[in-house]
Amino acid sequence: MPNNLVHGVTLPESESKHTLAESEKNWRRYFTFNTDHKVIGVQYLVTAFTFFLIGGLLAMIVRAELITPASDLVDRPFYNSLFTIHGTVMIFLWIIPSIAGLSNYVVPLAIGAKDMAFPKLNAIGFWLVPVGGIVLISSFFLPGGAAQAGWWNYPPLSLQNPSGNIINGELFWILSIVILGISSIMTAVNFVTTIVWLRAPGMTYFRLPILVWATLTAQLMQLIYLPALTGVALMLLADLTLGANFFRPTAQGDPVLYQHLFWFYSHPTVYVWVLPIFGIFSEIIPAFTRNPLFGYRSVALATISFVPITGFVWAHHMFASGTPEWLRILFMFSTELVAIPTGIKVFAWTATIWKSKLHLETPMLFAMGGVMMFLFAGITGVMLGAMPFDLHVNNTYFIVGHFHYIVYNTITMALFGGIYYWFPKISGRMYLEGLGKLHFWLTFIGANLCFFPMFPLGLQGMVRRISSYDPQYVDWNILASLGSFLLGVSILPFIANIAFSWLQGKKATKNPWLATGLEWTTSSPPPKENFEEIPVVDFPPYDYGRDKYSHPHLANR
Amino acid sequence: MSRTFEYIAIALGVVAIVVTSYGLGKLSYSWMPLEASTDAREIDHLFSFLVTMGSVIFLVVMGMLIYSLIFNRAAPGDYTEGHAFRHNWKLEVVWLVVPTLLVLWIGIYSFNIYVRMDVAGPKELLASASQPKDLEVAATNTNQALVTIGVVAKQWAWDFHYPDGKIDRELHLPVDRRVRLMLQSEDVLHGFYVPEFRIKQDIIPTRDIAFQFIPNRVGKYKLHDSQLSGTYFALMEADVYVETQEDYQQWLARESDNAARNLAALEYTNPHERVFDSHYPTVVPARSEEITASNDAIAKN
Repeated sequence: MPNNLVHGVTLPESESKHTLAESEKNWRRYFTFNTDHKVIGVQYLVTAFTFFLIGGLLAMIVRAELITPASDLVDRPFYNSLFTIHGTVMIFLWIIPSIAGLSNYVVPLAIGAKDMAFPKLNAIGFWLVPVGGIVLISSFFLPGGAAQAGWWNYPPLSLQNPSGNIINGELFWILSIVILGISSIMTAVNFVTTIVWLRAPGMTYFRLPILVWATLTAQLMQLIYLPALTGVALMLLADLTLGANFFRPTAQGDPVLYQHLFWFYSHPTVYVWVLPIFGIFSEIIPAFTRNPLFGYRSVALATISFVPITGFVWAHHMFASGTPEWLRILFMFSTELVAIPTGIKVFAWTATIWKSKLHLETPMLFAMGGVMMFLFAGITGVMLGAMPFDLHVNNTYFIVGHFHYIVYNTITMALFGGIYYWFPKISGRMYLEGLGKLHFWLTFIGANLCFFPMFPLGLQGMVRRISSYDPQYVDWNILASLGSFLLGVSILPFIANIAFSWLQGKKATKNPWLATGLEWTTSSPPPKENFEEIPVVDFPPYDYGRDKYSHPHLANR
Repeated sequence: MSRTFEYIAIALGVVAIVVTSYGLGKLSYSWMPLEASTDAREIDHLFSFLVTMGSVIFLVVMGMLIYSLIFNRAAPGDYTEGHAFRHNWKLEVVWLVVPTLLVLWIGIYSFNIYVRMDVAGPKELLASASQPKDLEVAATNTNQALVTIGVVAKQWAWDFHYPDGKIDRELHLPVDRRVRLMLQSEDVLHGFYVPEFRIKQDIIPTRDIAFQFIPNRVGKYKLHDSQLSGTYFALMEADVYVETQEDYQQWLARESDNAARNLAALEYTNPHERVFDSHYPTVVPARSEEITASNDAIAKN
């Protein structure tokens, strides 16, 4: 560059703006204690996805064992560790942190905030996740092995500790749950504060996107219900390590009390996961049907209604436990009532899709596939609520099939849909549509192939968590195992797509989907504090149909 | 597409959905195992009802989604509004009220089934029953001269204690007689589950849980532990024989063969080769010869 300064002084070229932007794009920041919610969001997503791969690998070993009736691949204690850690990883290290990550990235943008309310707390909350995860996974290398009592960890089995060591897998399991619980409580405080206090001018509650409603509801539920789990984990720790007797039946303890406390959190937590997922559906479906979300207000109210409702259904996990009759009947009715606010949402999405203008890009494929499979999951859930039927299928593969239709076929599908949907915003690049569609079809086929066979198996009486089984069950098990391997393969195009697109993808405009929502009004990726100027909101949510969203050049102006 | 044609198409769709759902409800009986207790029939009726109702909802919503996928695709580059409806209070009230009625119907139907289930529910009847209802059940039991058998679950074997002092690892039941099992566990949680009987009950250490049903089909079935109980959980099973009164009496009179297989102990002493062995320690299984000598649940009756 020629020296164009009068006194012959050379300055590095355009030092101010350009180089600053470059340093913001530096990949190293993802490995630091960064307080930007966008960085933390990506940190959460990548960490959670890594654990998802580990959890998936464990599941595939389980399915490989079950492809034959005999126990011939791994020894039985190890098998029990496999499904115990698989469940724990998928719940506490994949679903919860990946949702925390996506919400972390999107929610402040969607409400027009510069960042989360407590950025440092946010970063601490994130960094506890890899710590908890490493504690959990490392327990495989203890001489006594990882925890083996299932992810519910019911005493007295969980207190047996056959190794006799004070350092054992069970202890690591409890520590990991406590660490991850503390992380989640920090995150919950942060989200609730952010959504209540940091909304942009004009962003009233009934102008919030459903994703934000769902995040608010889910995080309120974490605040109310999660302490029960952390408490019960500490009580179990006292029993295991300090010789307390909260749950040891031989010393006046009550193992059923553990079940009550455990499910008091662990049923509501299902809604902590699935409500933000419903939120993701409620963002994607309007954008790809070009319709406002049908019945927005009733969907918002149905969402918040979960805060009290889910507090009264936990004992349906205990219909076959030592529970009295009145409790069975009461909880049967309260459980069936959950179907009502859930139904409202499914009908709202269906009405939004009905006679609309469907665009079937990858995020929409995942959303439609997820809604369809959620419909099946919901209906089988209502069946399970019918207590006399539950007495037959409780603790069989019918339950395993049902909740995998929730956790994989609904939640994980929607997470993929959400990642594709916001990928242009996060990375500033477009993903490859062809690979995205390949990923969808492999996942959709694999998920049904893997989890549908579990329903007939459960009806026929195959008990869950068994490492060998009667040969009469072999056919459906082979199908399920093949499905699980297909699911393993289905991840590959996703990884290839994200890795390639992030580096080489086509540059994304600020609003590639012509979507409403404040996150699409700022550049892709957004600048450090999200908006050049804090937006003022004077329009309803999902305002599709306005000229502004009908033409690519207007939407991206 | 004319309006009349659309109405006809919708009417045909509704008919198809109702017929299919009804058919699936009928078919659902065949998805279940054999029915070998009086409760099984009731549970299967309930399941059939749930399948029918579930199919209607599933097919209606799926029908609408698939119809939209086929007929409502946007032209490429068309990002204009799909339809102008944002809400419709009448419709929203309908889809609040109808599902409420449906789930209440399911709840009441299930409740009736539960009451009808012959044992007055496979409910937990604590040995010290004081509720009037429990006393009533107890009275019915006395009239029918019920058969009481003690069941002791332990890692990982089942012991059955018969009225005359016989102890065995096989469960033998007379057909068409009310059976009362006194469930006990020596160590961790277990669960009593025979798929053909359709009922399940957890067994909790230090509690005596009574569990009743009427087996009504002669045959051989398998009892499986239904609550995760540790390493050899998968092997914790026992053969269940429902037999005629004469066969049952003959079997009771015979000398007990306590060498009955104990799969967990067998595998523990003769572990077989596996692709991967972690060498994690395990609780040692109860030995074959160790059969619990006394069962105080029997004494309490």
